[in-house]
Amino acid sequence: MTAAALPRHGVAAWVAPLGGLVVLCLAFGWHIAVGAKTIPLGTVAEALLAYDAGVFDHVVIVDLRLPRAVLAVLVGASLAVAGALMQGVTRNPLAEPGILGLLIGASFAVVVFVGVFDLASPALIPLVAALGALAAAMAVWGIATAAPGGATPLTLVLSGAAITAFLGALVTVATLLDEQTFEELRVWLTGSLAGRRGDILVWTLPWLTVGLVIAFGVARQVTALAMGDETAVGLGMRVGRLKALVLLAVVALTASAVAIAGPMGFVGLVVPHAVRLFVGQDYRLVVPWSALAGAIYLLVVDIAARLVLAPIEISTGLVTALLGAPIFVWLVRARL
Amino acid sequence: MASHLYVTTTATLPDGCRLSAQGVSAGYGGAAIVQDVSLDVPDGALTVLVGPNGCGKSTLLKAMARVLPVSAGRVLLDGAPVHETPTRDVARRLAMLPQGPVAPEGLRVRELVAQGRFPHQSLLRQWSREDARAVEAAMAAADVAQFADRPVSDLSGGQRQRCWIAMVLAQETDVILLDEPTTFLDLKVQIDLMGLLRRIAHDEGRTLVVVLHELNVAAAFADLLVMMKGGRIVAEGPVGLAFTAEALSDVFGLEASILTDPESGRPVCVPRVARGFALAAQ
Repeated sequence: MTAAALPRHGVAAWVAPLGGLVVLCLAFGWHIAVGAKTIPLGTVAEALLAYDAGVFDHVVIVDLRLPRAVLAVLVGASLAVAGALMQGVTRNPLAEPGILGLLIGASFAVVVFVGVFDLASPALIPLVAALGALAAAMAVWGIATAAPGGATPLTLVLSGAAITAFLGALVTVATLLDEQTFEELRVWLTGSLAGRRGDILVWTLPWLTVGLVIAFGVARQVTALAMGDETAVGLGMRVGRLKALVLLAVVALTASAVAIAGPMGFVGLVVPHAVRLFVGQDYRLVVPWSALAGAIYLLVVDIAARLVLAPIEISTGLVTALLGAPIFVWLVRARL
Repeated sequence: MASHLYVTTTATLPDGCRLSAQGVSAGYGGAAIVQDVSLDVPDGALTVLVGPNGCGKSTLLKAMARVLPVSAGRVLLDGAPVHETPTRDVARRLAMLPQGPVAPEGLRVRELVAQGRFPHQSLLRQWSREDARAVEAAMAAADVAQFADRPVSDLSGGQRQRCWIAMVLAQETDVILLDEPTTFLDLKVQIDLMGLLRRIAHDEGRTLVVVLHELNVAAAFADLLVMMKGGRIVAEGPVGLAFTAEALSDVFGLEASILTDPESGRPVCVPRVARGFALAAQ
């Protein structure tokens, strides 16, 4: 496969990452250009590099479209990195924030917090989402561990499905009981980047930073952890501490994504698998490439969400699944 | 060593002992599988642990590798207890290959072997020329260099096991512990693999402790043979002294004749099957 062809050293080693960054920049520019009024890419570049408050398009770009593109990049990168870490540490190809219940746990916590207690402080939303994701992760892990045979890939996925169904039902009940409060949340609950306030980014950034810094820091140890706990101990890793760090990173990244865009499925599942096809199994490569590919993927998905039925906008979370499911089927046929 | 049924001299073995278990008890979730075991591992030699299933040989190995905690006693590496030494310091001197390790699908041989360099790296010093040299040397020693860029999962069982051995070699430790490295392999592959391990011990002066299942393979290669039963060591010594019909009967419940391989001078056990044939014929 192509994995063996990716060079590690010398000038050639820089071609692939540079190419990836160029694609990211193009997707970023295209994302900004698309909207109610299509703006030429040249004007987009001009607005970003030489902003002129007198030009209407520049104001639209910087005030309205740029924040959404930035959020798409951050959410896509967070979910993809969280999925990659979870797949490595649990040695489970199906592990990701959605399937193992973290997304719904975070969403449920936010729904209860915002809806029932009527406290919509953006500063607390990421914290609440993190606590929800952590509680859901613990519950899924606990149920799987209690099953005969322990926490196998199968029992983890099953208990993740149970928790997802249960909390999903509770979320639906909550939204039905109080339709008015949940009018705004309903769009958010399908996973959406539309109309997100800028201040949520400020409060989410610390969580994102912590999650990504840890993820990049532990990446090379995740490769060994994917080969089994005993192997990792033999190599001199502190496995308990390492797993706690990975859990912290996954929870922080999931909480950030949920706080910004609601439960966005499939990104964490599809992107790391697609990345592994090209860079192999070494997490020193899988983690940064997942971040890059996740960002590009969500930019493209969000472009599609606004283009396909224009002028009607589809919820981004729906498009991630609509696009992600066929890609995943292709991946399964290709390799899994 | 009064608990040993067969106390034998280790006069033919090297004197030094950097790794030793002293009164070690260990097990899983409170149940002590290994009980009060002491073992001095001779430096630069191939020590082989054998015993029936569930006798605690793997548990002892894991306790010595600090993969399992000890409930009593201690394991000393260079005079310091391994369970209290920073784990990365231990990993620079002692490597451990667990039983039946699984490489993630698609991981290439070179990437697998490179994992062995972890204890020599830090956040600031990620990958050095020294690491590259050690990985190449380890792949050459384990004879897997020709597979370097192939996925581990594409290789045969014996080739895969050599890749894992290359990984622990790349760790460049003086002590290497291996848990059943030959299980599920063809006899020819087992012999090749044990020959490789013996070369590593004798030619490079490294200390190897290997848990084995095959008695005759153990007898053919061990410098020090350790027999365990019921969580205790019941016999230990050079193969010529420890590998006796009485010991096999006592430890394994196996009635066997011991012959001597005229080529190597090593003992070979031949299980007595005549009675079994007679019963089958009736």
